[in-house]
Amino acid sequence: MSNLTMGPPTTRGYFGRFGGRFVPEPVVPACRELETAFTEAWADPAFRAELDHHLRHYAGRPSPVTDCRGLGAALGVRVLVKREDLNHTGSHKINNVLGQALLARRMGKRRVVAETGAGQHGVATATACALFGLECVVYMGEVDVARQRLNVERMELLGATVVPVTSGSRTLKDAVNEALRHWVAAVDDTHYCIGSVMGPHPYPWLVREFQRVIGEEARAQCADLLDGGTPTHVIACVGGGSNAAGTFAGFADTDAELIGVEAAGGAAIGSDLVGVVHGSKSMLLQDDAGQVLEAYSVSAGLDYPGIGPEHAHLSDIGRARYPSVTDGEVIEAVRVVSRTEGLIPALESAHAFAYLLREAGRAIPRGSTVLVTLSGRGDKDMEQISDLLAQRKESQ
Amino acid sequence: MTALIDSLRETGRPILIPYVTGGVTENWMDHVHAAVHAGADAVEIGIPFSDPVIDGPVIQAASVQALERGTTPDTVLRDLASYRGAVPLVVMTYYNLVHRYGHDAFARRLADVGVTGAVLADLPIEESAEWTETADASGVATVQIAAPSTPDGRLAEVCERSRGFVYAMGVMGVTGERAVLADSACAIARRAKAVTDKPVLVGVGVSTPENAATVAEHADGVIIGAPVMRRIAEGGSVRELVGRFRVALGG
Ligand SMILES: Cc1ncc(COP(=O)(O)O)c(C=O)c1O
Repeated sequence: MSNLTMGPPTTRGYFGRFGGRFVPEPVVPACRELETAFTEAWADPAFRAELDHHLRHYAGRPSPVTDCRGLGAALGVRVLVKREDLNHTGSHKINNVLGQALLARRMGKRRVVAETGAGQHGVATATACALFGLECVVYMGEVDVARQRLNVERMELLGATVVPVTSGSRTLKDAVNEALRHWVAAVDDTHYCIGSVMGPHPYPWLVREFQRVIGEEARAQCADLLDGGTPTHVIACVGGGSNAAGTFAGFADTDAELIGVEAAGGAAIGSDLVGVVHGSKSMLLQDDAGQVLEAYSVSAGLDYPGIGPEHAHLSDIGRARYPSVTDGEVIEAVRVVSRTEGLIPALESAHAFAYLLREAGRAIPRGSTVLVTLSGRGDKDMEQISDLLAQRKESQ
Repeated sequence: MTALIDSLRETGRPILIPYVTGGVTENWMDHVHAAVHAGADAVEIGIPFSDPVIDGPVIQAASVQALERGTTPDTVLRDLASYRGAVPLVVMTYYNLVHRYGHDAFARRLADVGVTGAVLADLPIEESAEWTETADASGVATVQIAAPSTPDGRLAEVCERSRGFVYAMGVMGVTGERAVLADSACAIARRAKAVTDKPVLVGVGVSTPENAATVAEHADGVIIGAPVMRRIAEGGSVRELVGRFRVALGG
């Protein structure tokens, strides 16, 4: 089973050489409890039906696939876009959070703690907690609190407590540290709702399964548009890697080339170094001594030095590859996609488009059919986008 | 590997292990020696890591301070080579530093500078077999952590796999002082003692000499971290502080 590409991990939570459960002893029992609860829930038709109900009638699934003809004509490839930006709360994060909130309830937890970078996962968590009557605490780096102010206000309006994190780089990495510390002390009645395919087993697996809906829907939608065919290339941005993992899961058994796009300042796979942080063994930006390095990216959601372990494995076995794009390429992609398609992508999602814009006619040959996951909408980034575009104009 | 256990057993009184973050100040080894002079039975040396998820504010701040001074595993171990005390040294750190160094190289380097035990905070029994075997070969005891949340069956396995002693976490939470001693501190000591003959030492949340005395009624001794590091941060005397814990634990 574990040899199946994008099947379940081994019993110890490994995808090839990567994954595992590298956490302090006090939270090991909670990880095991979660593993059991998820395994049972995922095999329980009633749980699946309830989740499906919320995904449809609350989150607005299925999300459409849009055939972006203007962009396609300009690039000489066919561009199909999976529209996670249309989900309630504005990104793919809601898929995972609805699943985890139902699991939390099933396990009898009354509180949820989460980390957030861009604030999208925090907003989605606060939303699900409001819906299910769970208490919600969200840790967010001070730098991100400043650049994603709107999302902080949304979380607070939804009833969550947002705790600014002042340690370390004051971004996503440190928010995860604080959330883990909180969880250690409150594990009895608190579920840690991790926002991506990272962390100790079973999180990378569980989050990927909750995001699999992206890829499964897209697979069927592509088949409709392509006379039963599949795209030649599937592209998604990668922070921890949840929208990419969910998307790839629908296409792992096709011939499609799978491409996860990292931010140049947070390119974990690009670093080619194996490391262990936040519960799993994966690829990790670190110095010679093994201290974890801070990532630098215009996008708060990709400002993370690690990557989910399954992506490290997919890279290892050559099933997916993980190039990176620069902040400059990203802001240009935001402008182009907005103008040609009327879609304002989140800065995170714009990484996937930036790669397409750069490589169409090169690594992605003319005539290819490309599925791009638009993981979220850019509303949250408007202030930053305006500033960046203004700066660029000045320097031209 | 039995070296650590034997020297701890020989003391015949409750065991006291103070913790000092390596590299926290230029003269950090003075604090180690002060702890020894004050009656420590071993000293635990923290090798600072960028993401110390089981540490509270006091030890986090010490780690940041040490890292900003350019501290690395190598600088800590180099400084330890000048250790002149008679009691054993144990290091405490996070697994990525060991992984990056290489299991074999790290274990041998520890042995070279006279370290006889290692606590890796984020390497639970499921993940520790390979490292433990390598450390065993170099005579370095891999100490396992038992927590209040560890269920009975697993507790027996944790104790079984632990080398040197069992590190029993006194509270569910990060390192740091607490206003009152948690009931869980004595409870975890009793539960661990019921399933192992190895020394059981309670760390985390043992904040005062009175706490230490209470815990020592159930455990073989205590580990004190945050009180020591707060004392260092405040510029106070480590010798005086450790001395008071020593007195509370029967001189
Ligand atoms: C819109 C959007 N896309 C992508 C990401 C990155 O996360 P992941 O790589 O888990 O999909 C984020 C994270 O905040 C996000 O908000």
